[in-house]
Amino acid sequence: MASIPILKEREKQIHRKGAQPFSLTCGQHSLAGVVSQRACVFCGSRVVLYPIADALHLIHGPVGCAAYTWDIRGALSSGPELHRLSFTTDLREKDVIFGGEKKLQRALTELIDAYQPRAAFVYSTCIVGIIGDDVAAVCRQVAREKGIPVLPVHSEGFKGTKKDGYKAACEALFQLVGQGQVDRIDPCSINILGEFNIGGEAWIIKSYYEKMGVAVVATMTGDGRVDAIRRSHGAALNVVQCSGAMTTLAEMMQERYGIPYIRASYFGLEDTSKALYDVAAHFAGNPEIMTRTQSLVREEISAITPELQQIKAAVSGKRAAIYVGGAFKAFSLIKALRYLGMDVVLVGSQTGNDADYQTLREMCDDGTIILDDANPLELSKYIIEKGADLFIGGVKERPIAYKMGIGFCDHNHERKIPLAGYEGMLHFAREVYRSVTSPVWRFAPTRAAAAKEVSP
Amino acid sequence: MLLRHTTSEIKERTALTVNPAKTCQPIGAMYAALGIHGCMPHSHGSQGCYAYHRSALTRHYKEPVIAATSAFTEGASVFGGQANLLQAIDNIFNVYNPEVIAVHTTCLSETIGDDIPQIVNKAVAEGKVPAGKHVIHANTPSYVGSHVTGFAGMTKAMVDYFAETGGPRSKTINLIPGFVEPSDMAEMRRMTAEMGLETIIFPDTSGVLNGPMTGKYRMYPPGGVTVEALRRTGCSQGTVALGRLASGDAARALDVKCKVPCQILDLPIGLAATDRFVDTLHRMAGVGVADSLTFERGQMVDIIADMHQYFYGKRVGLVGDPDQLLALTQFLVSLDMAPVYLVTGSPAGKKYEKRLRAAVEGVPQEVKIKVGGDMYLFHQWIKQAPVDLVIGNSYVKYIARDEDIPYVRHGFPILDRVGHSYFPTVGYRGGMRLLEKILDALLDRKDRDATDIGFELVM
Ligand code: SF4
Ligand code: SF4
Repeated sequence: MASIPILKEREKQIHRKGAQPFSLTCGQHSLAGVVSQRACVFCGSRVVLYPIADALHLIHGPVGCAAYTWDIRGALSSGPELHRLSFTTDLREKDVIFGGEKKLQRALTELIDAYQPRAAFVYSTCIVGIIGDDVAAVCRQVAREKGIPVLPVHSEGFKGTKKDGYKAACEALFQLVGQGQVDRIDPCSINILGEFNIGGEAWIIKSYYEKMGVAVVATMTGDGRVDAIRRSHGAALNVVQCSGAMTTLAEMMQERYGIPYIRASYFGLEDTSKALYDVAAHFAGNPEIMTRTQSLVREEISAITPELQQIKAAVSGKRAAIYVGGAFKAFSLIKALRYLGMDVVLVGSQTGNDADYQTLREMCDDGTIILDDANPLELSKYIIEKGADLFIGGVKERPIAYKMGIGFCDHNHERKIPLAGYEGMLHFAREVYRSVTSPVWRFAPTRAAAAKEVSP
Repeated sequence: MLLRHTTSEIKERTALTVNPAKTCQPIGAMYAALGIHGCMPHSHGSQGCYAYHRSALTRHYKEPVIAATSAFTEGASVFGGQANLLQAIDNIFNVYNPEVIAVHTTCLSETIGDDIPQIVNKAVAEGKVPAGKHVIHANTPSYVGSHVTGFAGMTKAMVDYFAETGGPRSKTINLIPGFVEPSDMAEMRRMTAEMGLETIIFPDTSGVLNGPMTGKYRMYPPGGVTVEALRRTGCSQGTVALGRLASGDAARALDVKCKVPCQILDLPIGLAATDRFVDTLHRMAGVGVADSLTFERGQMVDIIADMHQYFYGKRVGLVGDPDQLLALTQFLVSLDMAPVYLVTGSPAGKKYEKRLRAAVEGVPQEVKIKVGGDMYLFHQWIKQAPVDLVIGNSYVKYIARDEDIPYVRHGFPILDRVGHSYFPTVGYRGGMRLLEKILDALLDRKDRDATDIGFELVM
């Protein structure tokens, strides 16, 4: 295996379990000149708020920032579809020189008149930060004139990482929380946070809770509605999915409204069941919820087990490499892959923190490569070295996997099928099976050569 | 009804673009740079833009797209990006070892006023650029222009940085293919080879963004124009540039810099435009038209004759990049179709608009044109008076679905289909493919809508 040069500064972001004492540097800014897979603050805010379907999302900046985020995620709505349009002030040179406030104000007014949204989010992009438009002031003024919340999202791309974008989105959302009526909210009620309803995942999760007898006040933000968010402070518990996106909001709600929160992952049988049991346990005063949860879990698992076992028999022993945005997702993926009998040989994330990587290390087998903020060269090197059969990643990773002639599964933006919950686990297993066992890889040059060597 | 918020009543919008029919300069520059062999495109700005550009190109070409970033933080945004770019150049050569780094700016680095040539000179002076390696640049603020101008800018940079005079005039012809698919560039190369010509195509993304599966991931696939070939462009006997907006600047720059005469043509989409392309090659190089091309041309004419009865009077709405829009419009008119709504998002100028108007002069229906328009307006026009066919990039599928109109994908980006980067739509062969697609779309609809009585085996 030819070695690849690795930047000195990057050495600390790569770890081979078992080989060294553990210390992985993370949470760093990507180095200038690196082919990183990371994005910006705006990207973080946009993905979080995007699924609020009855709000207006106006991107204040040059055209690109809006064009690239036009309906790129399959966040489904059961009603309005306003979020699927792309609105931008499309700043031109003259706006950059003289400022874009007037243009922003006109755009907002025109849009609110035309669409009568329940609220408006205005995203500031890099250039707005540089030219110094007072977006907050414009928002305040338009909110006064139009009588709806107009919320600035301070998401100038250069002001940090995607994580900071999550935070900016939470801050904007927090301005809505607490504005609505909370009477007639069931005492056994929750908010679902950090769920974006990709492929209808929020619907699946919501249906579990409803079957358990737990009311869902707001799903934030998948299939989101402004009014539901406004009364979300009436819920008894916040259930926050994954580590990254919405913890900030949960913390703010805890502080101001005293709503406790728990973390959950709905990926894989183990984590989904744990999430549901945790919620049921929270409502211990209502023991029927636990009883219903137990039978729900039993029913759901037994419904999918036969097929999962078949798939397991086919993919067991195959090797997987994982490179995803958040580390929390990686934990669940490792468990789910293990359930299918697969070995995880590489795992990396774009935004993991110290504790995340410590957990990862504890979970992984010896020899597993752990990476922070990796680039394609590193990824491909280790994937080939480790003989992976499957690569799980996002949009930029798919063609890399295919070039190497191995299966791929999208666990990020591009997918259209739900991977959450029990149903989602079945979808995931099917996708892994379909990809890993596809006859197409027999045509892959490296595989073909390897097969020749083995067969007499 | 995904675009249910689109109304047929058109109100003047003054500050707003809805559903843009363009995107920003750097992505075009990045695409062009990938057409240089061993080139690392570099985005001088913050990480987000670059991540989006890479994702968008990856989605369109379904190939790994590399690029590096200056990864601006707040500090860089206030104090300038010099330190970032210097470090980036150093890191890129050390780690990724490209032949060329092609730097483009973003809105941010433009606005803070980073002077790229000055920074690059400093990098050279500090020994950060190894011998025999190069750093080139293009300015690509997106608040002027669009992805098309970004492509044009980086293509021109290839001339500015590399083209050399001095050697003896060679028989070589330079071919600037325009912002087209890798498959189109390959088809142009095939056609010139059929004519026995030696050509330098730049940029050339064929083999880079439509390469084979090799079992290995390569940062620099074997394709792309080499620096050495780019140097020789200055000694070629002529340049053929296809697509005025995307290729004109580079062609003119080469003429000014190295006195290489140029012919700037429309994209060779359709019969007449391909004829002009072939004829120009023939006259410029003084070679005969290859029999194989004459044969293909005959096939195309034959196909048109077989198909023409279905095309007459069909109302078509087109939205796309200026060069494609113009060439497609001319082609459709030549088929007796009626392109009635023409929208491009890219600011393309008055002259361009005039040419577009001239192309539809003979169309016996009212034609609406908007240069610098968006998809929302396009959709509103369709709501006011429907069309029989729409042609455009993947975003047009929303309109096609909502209004239930046959649809042919063409242009950039195409995110939901595979094959466009492998099969051309330029030249005679590409033209035949395009014709097939258009007729399929029309007749599939006819089949779908037919009653049991009207459902025919032979159409
Ligand atoms: S800031 Fe400019 S360069 Fe960056 S994505 Fe937006 S439009 Fe494109
Ligand atoms: S300009 Fe800024 S906000 Fe827009 S995509 Fe680029 S980094 Fe993100």
